Amino acid sequence: MAPQVDALYFFLVALTAFFTLLISGFVVYFAIKYRRRAKDETGVPIHGNLRLEITWTVIPLIIVLFIFGWSAKLFFTMARPPADTLDVYVVGKQWMWKFQHPDGHAEVNELHVPVGTSVKLTMTSQDVIHDVYIPDFRVKADVLPGRYTHMWFKATKPGRYRLFCAEYCGTNHSGMVGWVVVQERAEYQQWLAGGAGSGTMAQTGERLFKDLSCITCHKEDTTGRGPTLIGLYGKAVTLDDGNTVEADEGYLRESIVNPRARMVTGFQPIMPTFQGLISEEGLLQLIEYIKSLKATPSNATGVTAAPAAAAATPEKK
Amino acid sequence: MDTAATPHPNYLKDGYGLKSWLLTKDHKRIGLLYLLSVSAFFVLGAVFAGLIRLELMTPAGDLVESDVYNKIFTMHGVIMVFFFLIPAIPAVLGNFLVPLMIGAKDLAFPRINLLSWYVYTIGGIFTLWALVNGGVDTGWTFYTPYSSAFSNSNVALVVVGIFINGFSSILTGLNFIVTIHKMRAPGMTWFRLPLFIWAHYATALIMVLGTPVIAITLVMVAAERLLHLGIFDPKLGGDPVLFQHLFWFYSHPAVYIMILPAMGVMSELVAAFSRKRIFGYEVVAFSSLAIAVVGFLVWGHHMFVSSQSVYAAMAFSLLSFLVAIPSAIKVFNWSATLFKGSISFEAPMIYVFGFIGLFLIGGLTGLFLAALAVDVHVTDTYFVVAHFHYIMVGGTIMMYLGGLHYWWPKIFGKLYHDGLARVSGIVIFIGFNLTFFPQFIVGYLGMPRRYHAYPPEFQLWNILSSAGAVILAIGYAMPTFYLLYSLVKGRPAPANPWGAKGLEWETPSPPPTHNFEAAPVVTEPPYNYAK
Repeated sequence: MAPQVDALYFFLVALTAFFTLLISGFVVYFAIKYRRRAKDETGVPIHGNLRLEITWTVIPLIIVLFIFGWSAKLFFTMARPPADTLDVYVVGKQWMWKFQHPDGHAEVNELHVPVGTSVKLTMTSQDVIHDVYIPDFRVKADVLPGRYTHMWFKATKPGRYRLFCAEYCGTNHSGMVGWVVVQERAEYQQWLAGGAGSGTMAQTGERLFKDLSCITCHKEDTTGRGPTLIGLYGKAVTLDDGNTVEADEGYLRESIVNPRARMVTGFQPIMPTFQGLISEEGLLQLIEYIKSLKATPSNATGVTAAPAAAAATPEKK
Repeated sequence: MDTAATPHPNYLKDGYGLKSWLLTKDHKRIGLLYLLSVSAFFVLGAVFAGLIRLELMTPAGDLVESDVYNKIFTMHGVIMVFFFLIPAIPAVLGNFLVPLMIGAKDLAFPRINLLSWYVYTIGGIFTLWALVNGGVDTGWTFYTPYSSAFSNSNVALVVVGIFINGFSSILTGLNFIVTIHKMRAPGMTWFRLPLFIWAHYATALIMVLGTPVIAITLVMVAAERLLHLGIFDPKLGGDPVLFQHLFWFYSHPAVYIMILPAMGVMSELVAAFSRKRIFGYEVVAFSSLAIAVVGFLVWGHHMFVSSQSVYAAMAFSLLSFLVAIPSAIKVFNWSATLFKGSISFEAPMIYVFGFIGLFLIGGLTGLFLAALAVDVHVTDTYFVVAHFHYIMVGGTIMMYLGGLHYWWPKIFGKLYHDGLARVSGIVIFIGFNLTFFPQFIVGYLGMPRRYHAYPPEFQLWNILSSAGAVILAIGYAMPTFYLLYSLVKGRPAPANPWGAKGLEWETPSPPPTHNFEAAPVVTEPPYNYAK
């Protein structure tokens, strides 16, 4: 996207230069040509000119509508991740970045991605508002506590690119920086192979699911006291007030930390809140696990094939 | 002096004691009280700006601790926005000139006018108290949940200070609206009003309609902070983005509180130094109102990367482009006014040229930020810092100083050294551009704002900016000396030193306490130079 953003940017630079020089030119020319020559001289009384007023209203209007159209179209593309992306999960906290890859790799202040691949970040904050900003990719998105935001990019050249926190977040805001390491695919695979710790995110999520006894109510069939989670992700859920909501990451998160906010119809509000009992990373792992619960519930890896595009929510930018 | 023959003393000689100033109901004296306090806050805010530029000379955060740096830029923003830029032109020049220009004896509510100054001062003292008690580190934007749940600094005290200060804005706005509606001299119809009055009318509308929103928003921050009411903090069930909507609903129009009065001064100055009616008077007048109205509908452009929906972002982007049009129209009309004028180049006119330059760059770079795809890259970087300094600071201060120079002879009855004043205008223009133009570049290169330490590749631009700040400081300091000197040694000013039109020039300099010896009757259109 960077070249397209820059094309618009430099068009605006040219436009700014043109109008600044044009108007300054007129001002200087008039100021010299019509300088006061006699002490009691007055200007020629001109009240205005409707045709001129209309001209210099309509021309800027056309120009700004043109810029609006151009920038909105580009923005729309930037806001919509392609269907098939490599997903990475981001948790911001005062004052560090934690990145989790679905295969279980976790990194701090450094994000490894393969070149030429669309990468989608699903981001949340543990405390205040942060913002992931990668200037070289021309992307930026706020990272909010209590909800998920998304951002995507496709790096075209291997290298190390700066990553900044762009939303003021307290004492060490300017230290909340890192690097995006873009690697050739082979090199990236090698990095991935370098030990992923204790299993994939979904596997860790499954362990949490058992440890926190979620499994006692959310069963594989419909006999549980809570709704079954099989095939839930991305589906429309009917709530007890008759509305429907899509079971995206935001809804799943909310249903864990604040279960009574939007209840599924036909179930009793008996689930306790898990706020404070699960870390943001744990929540993401649980959600990864729920996402993985498709036709074959034990398959804990099929993440990138999830219907991510269908999960587009208004929350996304 | 000119006034020697008049039966009433001028307002400066109508009482000498401290009491005669602190209990005055004269809008002119209250304007001067504001001049003093606003200037004091400007100096304080400028000292903080100097410290920021000093720290940023080197990439490492090595002058002060991060916490101290964060407090410095916060205090710079809080003081400059709430205690200088917002009150500067309306409370000083507006207070002094609104009644004079419409041919009234005073504002509609003189006691409320005095109250507004006390409220402003009390709010300011609260803020200074917070400052000596450890300061505040949230940025002037007070974003939640940092401000409401995480910051260890003195947020509540500053928030209360700004809350109190907001009432002075509301009171001034109310006073202006009623005065302009009810106290115009016979014959002073709406379309005979100077454009300064139209601009202040539009400003007063924003003050009255917008300020309560920021006041209640800040109360909510304090309530969450002190009483743990869940409003903005998601841990308490709140919504952190809600704060941003409420905050910018006021704080974007607040930019127009700063720039509309500057535009009003601009119209007066262009007309006076071209000796010509403003081209398209009605268009310029109504564009002020258009800015005031549309300005309330663009707040979301501060939040394009905040998780706002794509469609909301598009609507706000379109509206932001539209609000640029009335400003562009004004620039075209001012430029066209010069055509076939009789242009002279006394100090205020130098500030006019400076204003046009800074306003053009500031305004046009606004298009970058309204353009969604570009905004994503440059928002929250130094590009934004540069943009809003060009508009809010460049635009407002150029016209605050331009207006102060223009009406100085009227206010104090003394003439200052015009040559020095012209030089200071030029020094400020050069210093300003050197300070802030490099920030556009370093912002585009990716330097985020509010960074205490930064990567070394950004250093060159920061050094240029800091160098510019030195020149700018000299430019700002100069008027203090020659203007104060003029009070002691300046030649007495005649009633109308510029040969300008407008009721304020038809009364002696300085004016008598009740402004006019005989109630003025208006029989001609505004800026009626060529009879």
